[in-house]
Amino acid sequence: MTGCINGWTREQMAMRAARDIPDGSYVNLGIGIPELVAKFVPDGREFIYHTENGLLGMGPEPAPGEEDSELINAGKKAVTALPGASFFHHGDSFTMIRGGHIDVCVLGAMQISQHGDLANWSTGAKGAIPAVGGAMDLVAGVKTIFVISQHTTKNGAAKLVEKCSYPLTGKQVVTRIFSDLAIIDVTPEGFRVRELAPGIGFEEVCAKTDAPLLPLEET
Amino acid sequence: MINKVISSIASAVKDIPDGATVMIGGFGEAGSPTALIHGLIDQGAKELTVINNNTGNGEVGLAALIASGRVKKMICSYPRSSHSKVFPDLYRAGEIMLEIVPQGTLAERIRAGGAGIPAFYTATTVNTPLAEGKEIRRIDGRDYVLEYGLKADYALIKCEKADRLGNLIYNKTARNFNPIMCTAANITIVQARKIVDVGGLEPENVITPNIFVNRVVEVANPVIESDLVAEGISYP
Repeated sequence: MTGCINGWTREQMAMRAARDIPDGSYVNLGIGIPELVAKFVPDGREFIYHTENGLLGMGPEPAPGEEDSELINAGKKAVTALPGASFFHHGDSFTMIRGGHIDVCVLGAMQISQHGDLANWSTGAKGAIPAVGGAMDLVAGVKTIFVISQHTTKNGAAKLVEKCSYPLTGKQVVTRIFSDLAIIDVTPEGFRVRELAPGIGFEEVCAKTDAPLLPLEET
Repeated sequence: MINKVISSIASAVKDIPDGATVMIGGFGEAGSPTALIHGLIDQGAKELTVINNNTGNGEVGLAALIASGRVKKMICSYPRSSHSKVFPDLYRAGEIMLEIVPQGTLAERIRAGGAGIPAFYTATTVNTPLAEGKEIRRIDGRDYVLEYGLKADYALIKCEKADRLGNLIYNKTARNFNPIMCTAANITIVQARKIVDVGGLEPENVITPNIFVNRVVEVANPVIESDLVAEGISYP
């Protein structure tokens, strides 16, 4: 994706999100683009990764041939355990989540409302198989919820909306969105642009957002 | 003398009756007691209610149990798998019931069930469709949903090492739901990769104390479900 000048790539979105995670944070990364955050930890910072299937101190994927079917992440992909890691059962793992011990969770999204409501588990369509996993527990229990997502769906529909039409994962939970077009804060006044991606204008982001959008705050 | 070791899988699962509620450990294939599940398929019990995080892989293990038509209802958090169409097909055909439970609530319901706690309040699912019809209570300014503890007639468990008393240790992220399920079933049946002498497990390292375990079977070289799926094998 080098040479991309209009908007951010998946990696750049992940890098921007990583930049906003404080040193020493306990972090849970959702499946998909959020997983890339681990590749962009800023110099001088240390994060400890939690995966809800029972590992604190999760490391990167193993070298080919080194995979262990009993050492996986919540996306059921092979991972490694770093020095200082620990294994635990699901009761303890969600004590960490529900009990407010995880600092930051980065999730994907289907829709985010201007008040920070998140929908990311079901379209509610007839015949769809509902599958929630740990998403509702994470948004209810983790202190800071970031979303990394393309700004619109593959069909061009807005994901940032006034009110979610899909079933909610949680109400008023998202604080910041890292899209391919902009970084957007969820504030008491609604969505506010924090940073625009290269080659992207405020008007373009407004046109692709189905909710009022406040411009960059003058600092 | 106490000896919970059973010599065969068939005799370990022999008495599971039709209509039983069965907790099955594992998160995906990690920690899945696949040998015991295959034993349950061979045994033939039907109308089962199964509690597991997922619905199995390919056409082996839990997916094979579901495919055999023996499962009346699944209680799980994530009934999708990139390698299995068994559950979705039956669900769409209206041939299996589903109770969808968020993963942390599922874990806590099992933990509570095992700990003698009939119900608890949690913020998970508040303001979502999964809270509909459930009691909401405001505590210290925040809304919580009432959830009930879960118990089972049987639990099928996979561990790394066991002794004849039923002390267990696990392997890495294959631990997952297994220890809490051991506590929440009337009869806990374990497949262990290795059975060691009593005293062979360091007391500081025992994860499941033997009081929670009823039967142990050694399965020295358990199948890896993803290998079976890759080979296109279906059970039986």
